[in-house]
Amino acid sequence: MQEEEKYQKLKDIIKIYLPEDVAITDVEKDSHFMNNLNINSANLVDIVLDVEDAFDIRLENDDMDQMQTVNDAMAIIDAKLKEK
Amino acid sequence: MNRRVVITGLGVCAPNGVGLADFTQSLLDGKSGIRHQPNLEKLGFGCQVAGEPLVKDNLIDDYFTPLERRGLNATGIVYGVIAGVDAWKDAGLEKNTSNEPFWDRGIIFGTGILGVDKFREAIHLIDEGNVRRLGSTSVIQTMASGISAYLGGLLGCGNQVTTNSAACTTGTEGIIMAYERISQGKAEIMLTGSCSDSGPYVWGGFDAMRILPRGYNDNPTKASRPMSATASGFIPGSGAGALVLESLDSALNRGAYIYAEVLGGEINSGGQMGEGSMTAPNSIAVQRCIRNAVSNAGVHLSDIDVINGHLTATAKDGLEIENWSKSLERAGVDFPYINSFKSTVGHCLAAAGSIESVATILQFKEKVVFKNVNCEDVHPEITNLISETRVPRETLNHAPKVIAKASFGFGDVNACVVFKAFVEE
Repeated sequence: MQEEEKYQKLKDIIKIYLPEDVAITDVEKDSHFMNNLNINSANLVDIVLDVEDAFDIRLENDDMDQMQTVNDAMAIIDAKLKEK
Repeated sequence: MNRRVVITGLGVCAPNGVGLADFTQSLLDGKSGIRHQPNLEKLGFGCQVAGEPLVKDNLIDDYFTPLERRGLNATGIVYGVIAGVDAWKDAGLEKNTSNEPFWDRGIIFGTGILGVDKFREAIHLIDEGNVRRLGSTSVIQTMASGISAYLGGLLGCGNQVTTNSAACTTGTEGIIMAYERISQGKAEIMLTGSCSDSGPYVWGGFDAMRILPRGYNDNPTKASRPMSATASGFIPGSGAGALVLESLDSALNRGAYIYAEVLGGEINSGGQMGEGSMTAPNSIAVQRCIRNAVSNAGVHLSDIDVINGHLTATAKDGLEIENWSKSLERAGVDFPYINSFKSTVGHCLAAAGSIESVATILQFKEKVVFKNVNCEDVHPEITNLISETRVPRETLNHAPKVIAKASFGFGDVNACVVFKAFVEE
């Protein structure tokens, strides 16, 4: 899967979790899920499940702790896809 | 303090009507919401008919954001949110868009069991060793207070936000609790109501007790027969009802439409003593509840002109009429008009008191007594006590003045509330 395709897929996942005052166009590679995008911390586990389903990978607890920004998520997705 | 309390909003999600307009029309016409349920047949239930609100997918979109819809698998929450949000809007109230909670607005929204389908999902995942897949909303969809919490957040309430639970009396108990909170000056506006999930996991326990009718699986609209000589048990239902209770002062100040006044009521229990048991009422307690409710309401026994009963279509219907008759000291043609809405919505369990109270209040607005269905053949136990003319089989053009509404529940618990037509002074 190409980088751009992965990024678009990730943005599609994030979209539903954005609060009313944040647009999908506000999302950038270095956006912090909680601090920049105001995503409810409770929803981070849901984003992880959606990422697992979309890319057919499995994230462990350590991976989830590392996933603070969009870039972090992209890196973890890349790493897991390589492992397959 | 003993302030006057009125009803300024109604909302409903019932098997025979989602929304007040549909519900009112169904009540006027005696239209049934009890339908054959293919899933109950497939699962080998004895009773394969039930009452379930018909909620279309695109209607759910009007009440839940895409994020809220994600993984939403709790019918009780769907019904409760629809009824609760509708009642709030019907009262002319807005959702809270300010920075501060509405300190004087609260919620008492009950249930018996919540999010049964979501819990089943969670149970299976956990048993497979997959607890990590539960997602972030499993807890809030299955905790009993999930429904009041959901509504509290949607409406921005800052007063008490809680869920009560007392079996079939839940909805009626909620009204009395909300009334007391406002009457005592602890809140100005209280949203009250209750919800009950639909489906085999809620209804299965009753089927296993063999108390649900098995002879109407191909004749659903005739199945629920309160007060009938051919009644053979209650038909399970589901849904939600909601009422906005408000101090009279607050309602008058903002020019709100007032459906009726809540005069007060009584909640008690028979202690499962005497004739009472987990599933049967102690008549002495029932009568005490009704008499105290009328006395607390500050009216005379003779002032009650309409009763909405619990009347589930079990063998206890005759006993309930006897208890009403003894409590109010009225019999024959002197007995108030009486109806039961369970013939067309079924027994909605925790939601019964709320759905039925919404219907009861609509009688003030429509200036009618809604008809009883499926009791062309009133039980002789009942006609021995009261005149058949008091059990309307056609919707009557009679504007109610004072209505007593009661619910009696498993656990030998009783609740009776008294409503009065509101007249501007």
